[in-house]
Amino acid sequence: MGDGVVTRLGDGERIELDAQTVREDLLDGTRDAAKKGQIPELEASELDQLFEIIAEPGRTVSVPPGEELIVTDDAIADGLVRGEADGGAGVPMDRLACLLGYERGAAADTACTGLEDFSFKPTKAVIDSEMQAQYTRSLSMTIPLFYGAQPNLGLYLQPDGPFPNFAELMPQGRIDEACKAQEDAAEALKDDMIFVGKRLNEIGCEGLNFDTAGSSGDADFYATLEAVRELKKSCPNMSLIIGMASEFVLGMHGKMTFDGKQLAGMYPHEQVKVVEDAGADIFGAAVNVNTTKTTPWNLSRATTFVKHTVQEAKIPVHPNVGMGVCGIPMILETPIDCVTRVAKALALIGNADGL
Amino acid sequence: MPIAHIMAAGMGGMRTAGDLVAWMQMSKKMKLPEAKQYVAEKLGVSVLDLTNEDVMYPLREELGIGVVTAVAGGPKGILAKARIAKLLDIEINSVNLFKETVAAIG
Repeated sequence: MGDGVVTRLGDGERIELDAQTVREDLLDGTRDAAKKGQIPELEASELDQLFEIIAEPGRTVSVPPGEELIVTDDAIADGLVRGEADGGAGVPMDRLACLLGYERGAAADTACTGLEDFSFKPTKAVIDSEMQAQYTRSLSMTIPLFYGAQPNLGLYLQPDGPFPNFAELMPQGRIDEACKAQEDAAEALKDDMIFVGKRLNEIGCEGLNFDTAGSSGDADFYATLEAVRELKKSCPNMSLIIGMASEFVLGMHGKMTFDGKQLAGMYPHEQVKVVEDAGADIFGAAVNVNTTKTTPWNLSRATTFVKHTVQEAKIPVHPNVGMGVCGIPMILETPIDCVTRVAKALALIGNADGL
Repeated sequence: MPIAHIMAAGMGGMRTAGDLVAWMQMSKKMKLPEAKQYVAEKLGVSVLDLTNEDVMYPLREELGIGVVTAVAGGPKGILAKARIAKLLDIEINSVNLFKETVAAIG
């Protein structure tokens, strides 16, 4: 590598850019977020600060003392035993040992665990054993422990579920049937999420993480919001996180609403408002990564969205910073140079309450 | 990746006061500055010292709210969380259930 700034593309490839190109990408990234979200661009001083973070010579970077934030996750500790698809290490050890290792070995602020499939539908089928396991874990852990699962509306559609598959109906022009299938699937999903949440609450579950909400579009997000609203009423001491699947709620249905607000097309700063209204305690904003653009472009874009979302939010915002979101490259083994720069930028410029 | 995030920007969990600040976000929806301030006042330390191991380790040991190292017989898990709930004046679901169970024993 030469005298330029060493960084990466959104697919993880290491590249070297001259300082001018980095600054141009930072400006282009914030302008893209501002245009799509109809939100303010980062200020010049913030782009300068972001440049300094990107251009720091060390392989890893960190925030100054006093600027730290809270780290939540989507069953990261379980990664010690899981397989490659989850970025897992495949170590033959017990789940409780994973969690305690994460608590005491990695000094995590919080922890999360869940079924291997990590979706509500399969969790419902084995809820008794999951309740037993979560109860035992809660007795042993000191840091807050979440149970996590994805709404994953797609599991309710044929061939995996009972309802017609809207992705097959729509290309045939059967729009009304496609919408009806999503509405029916959303009701079944909502009922399952409430069932799982209430059963976990019975054994003193400290928190429930609705991970990757909206992955199947606006009906998926709608079901999640409705489930959270019901669970917050019936289980007020169980903390609820809604973490999003992407920056933009896909309008696979198009007319799903929550409290009269159309869900399709919502960006993070709009998503957080309905999440608040539903009663969730923490919001996980997701900002997509463009794999053909540079990390400066992607991180500038993510920071723009996160900063505005935090300003709009009344509840804590923990941007999702896993593979392929909020500036983290879309690569299985995420490079720590990018990971730490994302963490620092979202803490200092995005003013995130957590990650 | 998660350990990189923790090292870059995390509060440090039981090493310091990360779990305590997290409880305030979870139970009271507090944003980060408010949550830090609340915990600092409850502990009688500065916000800066919330992530200072030199201050937090002996303080956690004194309060009996769990330290990250293995102290034989030292409070961890549900006992530490029961003390944390009392210290922070919050409801913790698992602690409430545990108390009900213990109360039933008499």
